[in-house]
Amino acid sequence: MNTTTQNVEAHEGGHDHPTDAKYIRVAIVLGIVTALEVATYFVNIPGAILIPVLLGMMVFKFFYVAAWFMHLRFDSPMFTKFFVTGLVLATLVYGVLLTVFEFWTKG
Amino acid sequence: MADAAAVDHGHRTGTGLSNNKLLMWVFLGSECLLFGGLISTYLIYRSRYADGPAPGDIFDIPFTSVSSFILLMSSLTMVLSLSALQRGDIRNNRVWLLATALLGSLFIGGQVYEFTTFLREGLGYTTSPFSSAFFTLTGFHGIHVSLGIVMLVSLLIASFRGTLTKERSETVEIVGLYWHFVDVVWIFIFTVIYLVPSPTS
Repeated sequence: MNTTTQNVEAHEGGHDHPTDAKYIRVAIVLGIVTALEVATYFVNIPGAILIPVLLGMMVFKFFYVAAWFMHLRFDSPMFTKFFVTGLVLATLVYGVLLTVFEFWTKG
Repeated sequence: MADAAAVDHGHRTGTGLSNNKLLMWVFLGSECLLFGGLISTYLIYRSRYADGPAPGDIFDIPFTSVSSFILLMSSLTMVLSLSALQRGDIRNNRVWLLATALLGSLFIGGQVYEFTTFLREGLGYTTSPFSSAFFTLTGFHGIHVSLGIVMLVSLLIASFRGTLTKERSETVEIVGLYWHFVDVVWIFIFTVIYLVPSPTS
């Protein structure tokens, strides 16, 4: 079924899910990124650099969990569409809200 | 593949997908809007701490980092529990379900400790707009984690009653989706609320 990696095993009915070893590797990566995030608290980094770096790591962790642990990488694209629709809608609606309240300029 | 998935779970649907799973994804999509609102409200009010403690003065980042790591690892145990059941390994399914519930309880214990510490330091729910927004956001998340623990314990009970079998692994998968969502929401909260520098008094 899967031809791209040995980290995935087939289940009955056509599901491709990662192996336990792959799940553990994913968790290790997430743990390392979390450690890097926390490390930024103890290092004096200018906000202009720190905030984009933190947000980048956050987005990576968010989608890494969704892709591997929530199986969006393997399941029907329909599930991804429903989730991403909610996510995009929330981002747009609350982006406008934060703009209205001048969050970006006055914080 | 979608048709096959529906067959695997014992019923056919109009979309070829499991209705239960689809419903959970729609629910999670709507939850993005709920937490988006709570996070935005916090961001708007975080500088309005009145005479109470400011966020930058009161947050204990090392402590919250440990809590965050615990919740992150509970996602691993959750997915291992599903994987075990899909292999028909009931014993390991129970072990990982129990581990997930315990890690979730540890996270909630940490949150209770954090809240009581804040209360002792003079940050109550109505102290300031910042405190109201903070407790509402993190409290709502804590309620979600607590409901997840109830679901996990229910799965464990079902397993010991013999009703949670390999053929019904989709139930664990759906609870797992909820659990992982609660985790990804915390990934967001941990960065935006705790790690991004907050105002200090």
